[in-house]
Amino acid sequence: MSNYALILIIFAYLALLFYIVHWGNKQSRSRWVNNPYVYTLSLAVYCTAWTYYGSVGTAAESGIMFLPIYLGPIIAIPLWIVVMRKIIRIAKHNKIASIADFISLRYGRDKLLGAIVTLVCIVGTVPYISLQLKAISETFKVMTVDSQFDSKNILHDSTFYIALILAVFVTFFSTQKTDASIKNRGIIVSVAFEAILKLAFFLAIGIYVTFYMFDGTTDIYNQISQTENFEKLIGFDGIEQGLDWFFLVLLSFFAIFLLPRQFHVAVVENDREKHLKKAIWLFPLYLLLFNVFVIFIAWGGKLTFGDTVNSDYYTLLLPLQNGNTLIALLVFLGGFSAVISMVVISTIALSNMVSNNLVIPYGFLDKFVSGNSEGNESYIKLIRRVAIFSIIILAYIFYANFSVQMSLYSIGLISFVIIALLAPSFFIGLYWNRGAARGTIAGIISGFIIILYTLIIPFIIEAYGTTDYFIQNGLFGIEALRPHALFGIDFLSPASHAFFWSLIVNTIVYLWVSISSKGNYRERNYAEIFVDPKVTSSLDDNAYVWKGEAYVIDIKNVLIKFLGVERTERALSLFFRKYDIAPDAQLADARLINFSEKLLTGTIGGASAKILISSVVKEDEVSLVEVLKILEESKETIASNKLLKDKSRQLTELTSQLKDVNSELIEKDKQKDEFLDTVAHELKTPLTGIRGAAELLLDDADEMTPEIRDQFLRNILQDSDRFARLIHNILDFEKLSEDREELMLKKYNFRETLKHVVLSLSQVAIAANVRIKVTTQRDVFIEYDEDRIIQVLTNLLSNGIKFANKEDGIVWVQYKVSKKVLNVSVSDNGLGVPNEDIDFVFDKFYQSKNQNTIKPEGSGLGLAISQRIIERHNGTIEVVNDEGGGANFKFEIPVNQQ
Amino acid sequence: MIRKILIVDDEPNIVMTLEYAFKKKGYEVFIARDGSEAMEILKHNVPDMVLLDIMMPQVDGYQTLEWIRENEELKNVKVIFLTAKNKSTDVEKGMNLGVNKYMTKPFSVKKIVNEVTEMLA
Repeated sequence: MSNYALILIIFAYLALLFYIVHWGNKQSRSRWVNNPYVYTLSLAVYCTAWTYYGSVGTAAESGIMFLPIYLGPIIAIPLWIVVMRKIIRIAKHNKIASIADFISLRYGRDKLLGAIVTLVCIVGTVPYISLQLKAISETFKVMTVDSQFDSKNILHDSTFYIALILAVFVTFFSTQKTDASIKNRGIIVSVAFEAILKLAFFLAIGIYVTFYMFDGTTDIYNQISQTENFEKLIGFDGIEQGLDWFFLVLLSFFAIFLLPRQFHVAVVENDREKHLKKAIWLFPLYLLLFNVFVIFIAWGGKLTFGDTVNSDYYTLLLPLQNGNTLIALLVFLGGFSAVISMVVISTIALSNMVSNNLVIPYGFLDKFVSGNSEGNESYIKLIRRVAIFSIIILAYIFYANFSVQMSLYSIGLISFVIIALLAPSFFIGLYWNRGAARGTIAGIISGFIIILYTLIIPFIIEAYGTTDYFIQNGLFGIEALRPHALFGIDFLSPASHAFFWSLIVNTIVYLWVSISSKGNYRERNYAEIFVDPKVTSSLDDNAYVWKGEAYVIDIKNVLIKFLGVERTERALSLFFRKYDIAPDAQLADARLINFSEKLLTGTIGGASAKILISSVVKEDEVSLVEVLKILEESKETIASNKLLKDKSRQLTELTSQLKDVNSELIEKDKQKDEFLDTVAHELKTPLTGIRGAAELLLDDADEMTPEIRDQFLRNILQDSDRFARLIHNILDFEKLSEDREELMLKKYNFRETLKHVVLSLSQVAIAANVRIKVTTQRDVFIEYDEDRIIQVLTNLLSNGIKFANKEDGIVWVQYKVSKKVLNVSVSDNGLGVPNEDIDFVFDKFYQSKNQNTIKPEGSGLGLAISQRIIERHNGTIEVVNDEGGGANFKFEIPVNQQ
Repeated sequence: MIRKILIVDDEPNIVMTLEYAFKKKGYEVFIARDGSEAMEILKHNVPDMVLLDIMMPQVDGYQTLEWIRENEELKNVKVIFLTAKNKSTDVEKGMNLGVNKYMTKPFSVKKIVNEVTEMLA
């Protein structure tokens, strides 16, 4: 393929990316941009050219050694839901823009520590970026074959121009805002887009090699297993290689947290915590998919080319060999995507660190203090831009001078080992409040010395040295000091070996110095904020301890220098409202100090923010004991606030419950009143009859005829009975309504119970000229209180008798059991219940107007009592008018109670 | 002159005592079991006094009283409510409708007879 065509394609692709970033920035609030899938895909910035090309190379040379780099993240990701959530929460609250900010904040916004972390990140990332440049340059050569562009003169080196274009790309989009903690959605969307491309194209080449060039996986396996050294490709070479594996897994476990670009996409650019939930399964899936075909491409390449070509580029060489330029071009673009996303994110992250933790705190603060907000803003942007270009040029220089000789894989590993220097202070610091800045600095420096000795110096010697005496025999010829086999550990690969020793020394020094140093109060304050989950979860500005004298106006002036008048006013008014402080307050408190430092952190970094704010306030030294006491108090305040809130909520609930109960009581009371009123009325009626008759008998007995006298006496008896019956029924009804009476539940044969009722009413029925027809004759055993059910049946049957046709009265009774329920129906051939009354027949003291007697014998409570009884049996009772006109009372109760 | 009295109540035992007492005093007594029966009787007879129960099936005492008061021919008829209701709201309702007297159950038959005689004197 002609190199001009390829360059044209590269430019077209870059233009597309420009467009995507632009689009993403415009859509920064939309669902298309802020979703868990974009978040997960942006994490795939982990898969760089190292993955894209280097994995295949490693798989071809040393078998499954390519895997640990992916196993680490896969193991680490489930932990994210706990650890990463905490990190994101702290980072967002403190406007953290990089891992250097994060670590320096944890150790009291320590200026030196921020700078050291930045340096570690630069040293760890620059070779990594140069590795990407190397990949581009080499794949470019592979694609174009024609190697006229491969020149030592950088002006003729296409890689140099690509590096420059990348720098312009990053500069253009990443330095639009001075606050580095503000999200850059466009870049993230483009990274997600590239993540899709690189996976899709890698899978495409995998399928192409496996299924088109070969006859599927089995075919490749059968062929490769014939070759020599096959065993080496598929297994461990003893326990030593297993240990090597272990350390590489651990290394990549750290890397997924600590690599500046990973921290940037996972923490700084995180939009919502809940996106983590999707990422913890989707991202491992992405990594697994990426590795499905690695081994087959590697074997396919080995079978096709033997050892004649660089195995890193099998993915390109295989389709080219087959004359399939299109597939090769897609693979090239996939690799190019991997490179761009890595370089872009890494340089953004690094440039923020360099400006906020290295350049500004060490040299530009004074200048800013005297400047104005616009001047400062453009100055900060300039610093970032220069940083971006410097980093990329540095990486290019590294590439031009070192990486030509090295494989992609080994450069990547050096980066990982260096970044892992941050692991002890990062992870232990999250959960151990005694970890101190001094311990961190000492740990990182001593760890770095170990890496320098065991990995970097030998690496340089191997690249340029004339003799490897030092590597073979150790410093001064002392065998225990051999750089690749320190103190006799000679079975690990150089990278694992360096990692092992640096991690141990770093951790021990960190712990030891932390414990033995006193630490300052600020550091301990932040330690508590990071470590204590209670404080972390509420993240109150109250958790910040500060004592001294400060004026709002001074702090405001500092803020204005960086944020401008408008933003400062807005931020402060929000702050005052949040904590209910009078807007014209003159003295600043700890919360405002902390808030202001946070505001500045995104723009100039935590350490500078601290220095700037403390330059305008008079701070008193606070003792460590005091810090702990104040923190304890604020924790208690938070806890007691929460308690108070809970209590007040409970009280509100209780009040509304009380209100409900009260209105219920009022309603009950009203019902009771009405009931009593009705009861009184009902009782007075027979009493009036008794009184009148007795009065007449007393005064008039002599003048009365014996017939009339007897009639009055009979009336007295009748009314007395009625009176007694009323009282009995009222009490009965009340007892049932209030659930005061336990039912005597037993299994009875309903047929027998019914027979008993019919027999007892037979005299009444005959007297009223009514026939009772029981149309069901079946034994059914039902659980009920027999006395009560007899009461119901008696009531329904006597009602039937009372209301049945006068001429030829009939009352029908039938029952059946279906679906574990007893259904009973009592109907008559009378006039039925008047339609206007049908809803009220079960109300107490309802008495039908359709009675055929002048006044019913009943109390008006019979049906109400029956209804209560049936309800107590978990059943229902209703009345309908049959087609013939008569009333039909139906009730049902379950065969078994409970 | 023979005084005429209409007793309206759905309680036969109560009616029986009143009927006996008034007959003995020489009244001509009409009896109705509820409001509609009372109206039927009042269409053909104009009594001097109506003793009216309030709580009756079909047409109750209030409705009956209203009907009486709307009837020009019955304008001189005096009405006494006989009722177990004695809440002030009930009394008021009766008074508004133009009842002449209000007697609560249980009552003394003798007292009612004296009261009626006095009112008609």
